[in-house]
Amino acid sequence: MPFQYKDEVTIKFAGDSGDGMQLTGNEFTGNTALTGSDLATFPDFPAEIRAPQGTTAGVSGFQLHFGSRRIFTPGDRCDVLVVMNAAALKSHLNSLKKGGILIANIDGFDHKNLRLSKYPDGDNPLQNGSLTDYELHALPIGKLTREALRESPLGTKDKERAKNMFVLGFLYWLYDRDMQSTIDRLNAKFARQPDILQANLLVLKAGWHYAETIETLGTRYRVAPAPLPAGEYRNIMGNEALSIGLIAAARQLQLTLFYGSYPITPASDILHHLAKHKNFGVKTFQAEDEIAAICAAIGASYGGNLGITGTSGPGLALKAEAIGLAVMLELPLVIIDVQRGGPSTGLPTKTEQADLLQALYGRNGECPAVVLAAHSPSDCFDTAMEACRLAVQYMTPVILLSDGYIANGAEPWQFPTADQLPQDWKVKFRQTLQADEVFLPYERDEKWVRPWAIPGTDTLTHRIGGLEKEDGTGNISYSPANHEYMVKVREAKIAGIADDIAPQTLTEGVENGDLLILGWGSTYGAIRSAVRDLIAEGHSVAHAHLRHLRPLPRNLGDLLRQYRRVLIPEINNGQLVKVIREQYLLPAVPFNKIQGLPITSAEIKIAALSLLS
Amino acid sequence: MTDTKIALKPKDFETDQEVRWCPGCGDYAILKQVQTAMAQLALRPSDVAVISGIGCSSRFPYYINTYGLHSIHGRAAAIASGLRMANPNLSVWIATGDGDCLSIGGNHFIHLLRRNFDLNILLFNNQIYGLTKGQYSPTSELHKITKSTPVGVIDHPLNPLSLALGADASFVARSIDRDGKHLQAMLLRCEQHRGSSFLEIYQNCNIFNDGAFELFTDKATKADTALFVEQGKPLVFGTEAQYGIRLDGHQPQRIDLREGSFSADDLWLHDETDLYKAQLLARFFDDPRTTPNALPRVFGILYAAQRPCYEYDLNEQIAQQQAQKGTGNLDELLSGNETWFIA
Ligand code: SF4
Repeated sequence: MPFQYKDEVTIKFAGDSGDGMQLTGNEFTGNTALTGSDLATFPDFPAEIRAPQGTTAGVSGFQLHFGSRRIFTPGDRCDVLVVMNAAALKSHLNSLKKGGILIANIDGFDHKNLRLSKYPDGDNPLQNGSLTDYELHALPIGKLTREALRESPLGTKDKERAKNMFVLGFLYWLYDRDMQSTIDRLNAKFARQPDILQANLLVLKAGWHYAETIETLGTRYRVAPAPLPAGEYRNIMGNEALSIGLIAAARQLQLTLFYGSYPITPASDILHHLAKHKNFGVKTFQAEDEIAAICAAIGASYGGNLGITGTSGPGLALKAEAIGLAVMLELPLVIIDVQRGGPSTGLPTKTEQADLLQALYGRNGECPAVVLAAHSPSDCFDTAMEACRLAVQYMTPVILLSDGYIANGAEPWQFPTADQLPQDWKVKFRQTLQADEVFLPYERDEKWVRPWAIPGTDTLTHRIGGLEKEDGTGNISYSPANHEYMVKVREAKIAGIADDIAPQTLTEGVENGDLLILGWGSTYGAIRSAVRDLIAEGHSVAHAHLRHLRPLPRNLGDLLRQYRRVLIPEINNGQLVKVIREQYLLPAVPFNKIQGLPITSAEIKIAALSLLS
Repeated sequence: MTDTKIALKPKDFETDQEVRWCPGCGDYAILKQVQTAMAQLALRPSDVAVISGIGCSSRFPYYINTYGLHSIHGRAAAIASGLRMANPNLSVWIATGDGDCLSIGGNHFIHLLRRNFDLNILLFNNQIYGLTKGQYSPTSELHKITKSTPVGVIDHPLNPLSLALGADASFVARSIDRDGKHLQAMLLRCEQHRGSSFLEIYQNCNIFNDGAFELFTDKATKADTALFVEQGKPLVFGTEAQYGIRLDGHQPQRIDLREGSFSADDLWLHDETDLYKAQLLARFFDDPRTTPNALPRVFGILYAAQRPCYEYDLNEQIAQQQAQKGTGNLDELLSGNETWFIA
């Protein structure tokens, strides 16, 4: 059988929540990484917990994009779609490319499944000729699994559970893979359940052999290794990278990490990750509500810990007043907002970037805080480190924006070693006074930063609070001139951070050109892929992606002015574009998609081409 | 806290800030007793943190020469919880009012008590919103005329001690601004108790709710309306100790010892470790102005018991995890369980 080499492939696994599609996808991903491909993944969880089996609401998906070139997104459209039942086909067929491979489990297309997924009576899409645009492989996966396990002592239910291994074996054959990584993992996972282990191995191999035997598969595929920098890699999801970044930052700052949080999708995984790492001295606190979560973090920072809270949009709204308090107190605090569709409860499991203006401005009074955004799963690590650094070095709240797409997405990460992390971050608390010196809690250094003096420190007793205060002493002050001065000082401190961040660089393209695409957050991969294509096609396009949204990099205005047009794609109704227009008086053009879904690189290309013509 | 006792005077806990409560406000008396108690307890000022929310009482931190944080409305409990977790060696005091603690901060209050953080909560209950100039509060009595209730309060008043016991508070007490000696004794017990010590202090707001607790302080009425409980002592009150409380089944009964049907031996003996009895005592909540032969209002320690504190358990878990797994290898964390090499 001939091998066909592909530059990139996107596969989606879809089935009922109970079909094990996340596991299958992750397993195939782990195996793919070992081949040296670059890759990105994204799980598509059902919107409802315990949605009825067999319905479209209960479909769970997992998408993997891998290739011999650099991969920046989980892929726009799929080359291969695996559907374990009719509902999965119904939900995901529109993501399969024309001519793509469709692997369908016939057993998931019985009367019951067809009815539950609302196909018209007597109409089976596998049989009615509606799928002729695709390379359809309809396999009786359930039946084949049961046959492979005829001798197994397992009960019917347990046998049924192994059917995802059949899919995996089938795909391993199709992509010419070495199955050893999965065999090793099964051995480890089921070391104490020999019957289950045996069943999984049998079905995995049955899938492989079946693919090898049937005549319908005309081609097998190979994907060459990608030109990734040499080194050691791991796979990482956004929320995990963020958690590790927080722990690493606390280590480098030599502070105890305190994380106060209230369960909320899609941020809860940060709490789960951190709670597992108590041995790093991490203190996690599941508070009674969002407000308590941030207030406890403020209390912890006041006490000398690195206080952090994490939430999603609705929670950020609840925390607004407390963020204002932290701005007034000038204490370090990191607030993580893993954005989701809004407003109100909105679309909890879907992604959106619509909290930018809330993060920048959503508080009473003149209330400047630093705002950062992570752009990919692994970038969550660096952005978390940066958030902690700025919070502590500038005694300020820092809002870190992530989103559901990054939080649950995964990609290979060339992780640093501990000794590659910054070594000069150790925090200096204010400890002592000179003879005759009176302690001034709001005395500022040349960067407008006040000292961090924590309770328990001898001779530095002082009072702070949310009321306007006199500069220096921190005593309550209602003086008109002092208030204006303090508002300006708090603003100047945050604005001055622009001197302490890297100038904005280009991700792709060169300076001076027809079009700059400016992005922030999770649109990174789609923009970068689109810009690479456009450059390859001969267009004069560049890509810049912001990590620092407040303050903005000093050189950003000059950079933007080097292009005839500036395009700003966002998964919202146009937020960064407002800021850029206001800040630089530039006619930046918005491109917006507000469907709870990522923007695809194809969509960005179309938007860019319309400005280039 | 250091073990070395230092000789301190209440003056050592005064700040240079001008105290800005209305002249005659009950807060002055409480401030003085707290400063005295802190000196008495030989607390090092730098080991003490006073956390408050918003309201007249919440100005408290500015007037005590310790660490202090005047925060936002209702949130002192949550901030103090975080501070205790960050540094369990501090002596942490929350100064709060009936609006701050029981209305906007009600949620944090019950969860603080249930977690039993080792700190002191001083609830200045004046049954009115003072700072915002005279609206009724969650503890205001029914039918009260205030700025926001010109034809009378129709909100059922909250019973703070019952709420606290309902949230499984480990220490519940009541005192009053005008009785310095009693207040002093209660403050000392608060600090000595390991866990959340909840002390409700009746505080007179002479501007917006003057005399709210007068019956409990006025010489003529105090003895007949207030019952000061002491551990192991019978529940006796009245100008000539002529009244007592006995339990008729689970029903508290006010008896007149002069009638001769019962003697002092029949009276309920106070046991501050008895949760069931504490819940009954907290329910002595009649308004003596409107209820004849009311059960007296109880002052003193209704309940005090030992149970685990969140912050100590948290540190214990961390220590256990560290003993089991070591103090965390950053390289292992960064690399995770599965890596691969790209050549
Ligand atoms: S308004 Fe009432 S509680 Fe407030 S300071 Fe004046 S007297 Fe005291």
